[in-house]
Amino acid sequence: MSGDAAGLGKGRATAFVLPALVLITVFLIFPALWTIYLGLTDYRLTGLSAANPRIVGLDNYTGALGDPRFRTSLWLTLLYVGGSAIVGQAGLGFALAWILRSRTGAVSRLVEGVVLLSWILPSTVVGFLWFALLDRDDGTLNALLHTPGFAWLLDHPLLSIIVFNVWRGTAFSMMLYSAALENVPPSHLETARLADAGVPQQLRDVVFPRIRRHVLTNLLLISLWTFNDFTPFVLTGGGPEGRSEILPVYVYRVALRDGELGVGAAISFLILLINLVFALAYLRLLRGRNGRREIAAAGGPHT
Amino acid sequence: MISLHDLTKIFPGGVRALDGIDLTVADGEFFALLGPSGCGKTTLLRTIAGLETPTSGKISINDTDVTALPPGNRDLAMVFQDYAIFPHMDVTTNIAYPLRIKKVPRAQRTAKAAEVAARLSLTELLHRRPAELSGGQQQRVALARAIACHPAAFLFDEPLSNLDARLRLEARTFLKRLQRELAVTTVFVTHDQAEALALADRIAVMSHGRMVQVGTPTEIFHRPATTFVASFIGSTPMNLLPARLAGAALHVAGATLPAPAGLTPADHLTYGVRPEYMDLSLTERPDAFPGVISVLENLGTHTLVTLETPGTLIQLVVPEGDEPPIGTPAWAVPRRALIYRDQTLHTP
Amino acid sequence: MIRHTLGRLTATVFLALVLAFFTLPMLWLASAPFDDTPRITTSVPEFTLNNFAAILDNPYALGSIRNSLIQGGGAAVLVVVLAALAAYALSRVRVPGRDVLLYLLLLLSSVVTGTAAMVPVFELATRLDLIDTHLGVILVVSGGLLPAAIFILKDFMDETPTTYEESARVFGATPLQIMRHIVVPLVRPGLATIAVWALASVWGGFLFQFILLRDPEKAPGSVILYTLYTEGGAPRLDLISTFSLLYSLPVVAMYLFVSQRYGFRFHGGIKA
Repeated sequence: MSGDAAGLGKGRATAFVLPALVLITVFLIFPALWTIYLGLTDYRLTGLSAANPRIVGLDNYTGALGDPRFRTSLWLTLLYVGGSAIVGQAGLGFALAWILRSRTGAVSRLVEGVVLLSWILPSTVVGFLWFALLDRDDGTLNALLHTPGFAWLLDHPLLSIIVFNVWRGTAFSMMLYSAALENVPPSHLETARLADAGVPQQLRDVVFPRIRRHVLTNLLLISLWTFNDFTPFVLTGGGPEGRSEILPVYVYRVALRDGELGVGAAISFLILLINLVFALAYLRLLRGRNGRREIAAAGGPHT
Repeated sequence: MISLHDLTKIFPGGVRALDGIDLTVADGEFFALLGPSGCGKTTLLRTIAGLETPTSGKISINDTDVTALPPGNRDLAMVFQDYAIFPHMDVTTNIAYPLRIKKVPRAQRTAKAAEVAARLSLTELLHRRPAELSGGQQQRVALARAIACHPAAFLFDEPLSNLDARLRLEARTFLKRLQRELAVTTVFVTHDQAEALALADRIAVMSHGRMVQVGTPTEIFHRPATTFVASFIGSTPMNLLPARLAGAALHVAGATLPAPAGLTPADHLTYGVRPEYMDLSLTERPDAFPGVISVLENLGTHTLVTLETPGTLIQLVVPEGDEPPIGTPAWAVPRRALIYRDQTLHTP
Repeated sequence: MIRHTLGRLTATVFLALVLAFFTLPMLWLASAPFDDTPRITTSVPEFTLNNFAAILDNPYALGSIRNSLIQGGGAAVLVVVLAALAAYALSRVRVPGRDVLLYLLLLLSSVVTGTAAMVPVFELATRLDLIDTHLGVILVVSGGLLPAAIFILKDFMDETPTTYEESARVFGATPLQIMRHIVVPLVRPGLATIAVWALASVWGGFLFQFILLRDPEKAPGSVILYTLYTEGGAPRLDLISTFSLLYSLPVVAMYLFVSQRYGFRFHGGIKA
């Protein structure tokens, strides 16, 4: 990649970036900083502290970290992210991309279309769709399985929202991996096949080394999105008894239902820190083996 | 006329891509920048175009100092190695693009594009998209686009390297005729010595950001200034044999030859002789390199013979049918040779 | 050969299962709106179009779709234009710490757009006088979408060979001309993908729209959907299903249009 092919110069480049940066600063960074500040106060939705919040230092943080419900919620969130994003969306998305790669028929286009549709449909509509599917008395699933009265959302709340999120988000991974698989030269796969390598060996030796960066970036994006996903609230409301209370729902309960905005803000900041750890881990993996070599190649001069 | 004065380019990170280049390309000249990859030839071309800013030095085009001018104000046209024909525009729009930038009215620029296209036999393709063109056709569209804007000079970056071997010869002849007809100053970059020899009026051979030798193809082929140029020029590389001076005699690869006048001892003496400038003898001769024939390579009208001599290999070219079988003892008789003292050509 | 046939068979069975899994929840959307007495169960409907007449009687239903179009369309345009400019500059000009900055913004956007920053966003909008305005919703959601949009678009830009731009530049094109004539047409599939993605996100968004808009006249469809309850608090399934269908059609139509015209894909995949 060459520097500045269009001759932008530093001045124009800044002018190009600035509008986006201003919008991001005002409506993203500023509220984020505000949240950090609120996390240090006893700000409440109602009552005396609503008008005159007091600085309470790190009390909110020690309180949250000491709360077993927070720790349960964190564990549930990790299960939710691991199950629905990393195993579910990325796994299913890759499998679909791999299988659909060499197919052009009507069936594969239909599959692709339906997967994409579940991603395009408005979240609010999707909430009702899954409600209709999983309802205890009249749900379509119970009618199909002849299990009337089986309360999926009550008996298996975490599993329900995991399956729901796989349904909802697989399209992104599928699209990203299909694009990435086009970067794998067919000759490499043919070489592997001539050497009588099975599909698992082909994936391990030829495909994954080639799309490693795509895999990691995809995992980072979907993990972040899933970690902060509030949609499961529509299905289970965090219940029953907090058994599907992932962190965003927990924040909602603390901040809005219990009215403790300060504590909610502190937990939000903790979520940000946890996400940062996630991101750093991915970045480390990304830089790990190939990073330095690629930087050296990119920085070299023209010949 | 393009003149470069003490041009230096140091990349961030300290790579010295151009190191004090001085050069003048005359009006209407077809000039080649030749060298192995990484020698700085493309950087030099891009610096002339204005796509890279020199760290120091001066560039003038037709006596105007353009060093600080943006690329668009230098009155140049460049053809890139990948041609850079815009994939979303048809051939007409591509050829007319420079005129669109110059705000030439649409009807006029379409007419101009048609005219240039006719000259390059592209008329049938005017409404096609680049994806529907062959490599050779794409190359001609890129040339047409460069011609359409009537620049003071053309810059070509490896113009033939993306064509297959057969097409490349055809395109080479075409390019040379076109340049002669247009008589526009042209600088092109290549790593292929045959291309440079065939096309250029003059060649600059580059290595490590410097110009090692500038001259006509004949000068460069016959009298390479250094062993680097000698080994780079010629379709079969020159034999460069270590030599030892003993009084008036030169000891080279088992032969004792008379030393040329004025040769004084040096750390490294190299005896250079092209494979084409040697004869094969099957009888012993005192002025020849003795050896045994070990490899024969058929070059069509000629055969490249590899002779195994004490301590080194010598290659020479014989007409087809004249090659003795492998294993035959033979003598290579040099007709025209050059002596290098410490890698530099010895001139008596 | 046997292994090949077996593999192909497995793949086909797998595809059939995937198809069933993804279609199942959508069946209700296809049947209930046409059912005289819709229940939650998907069933062959007693065919009627009365539900559509009923939803049109709702004073806010049609207006809410128009509101969604304004808010979603506005945000999509804003996000595409600003993200394209920023991504292009970031892709072509070396800025120290660029990648770290992008990752941090991405991180921030995914956390803050959730419930976390609701209170500050509401207060900010109040002070900027953006409550109950379409602009307020557009600005707030765009701020959240921009980092990911820049991230994805920058990848498209990185994949585009720079010789096209250099070539235009040697012919004298200005940076803005290069952007208009060369870069935008080349990355058009990327811009289209981002536009659909942004519109779809806003279309289904509930939280910020709910907080920032008090006036039901301004509320988008995603908020109105939650008002379709009886006075006793039971969901009016006839209206909900019908409105869900109506509300889904514009985004699906836009997706189909864009994917037909430009292709809906991530060019070379996101590389980081």
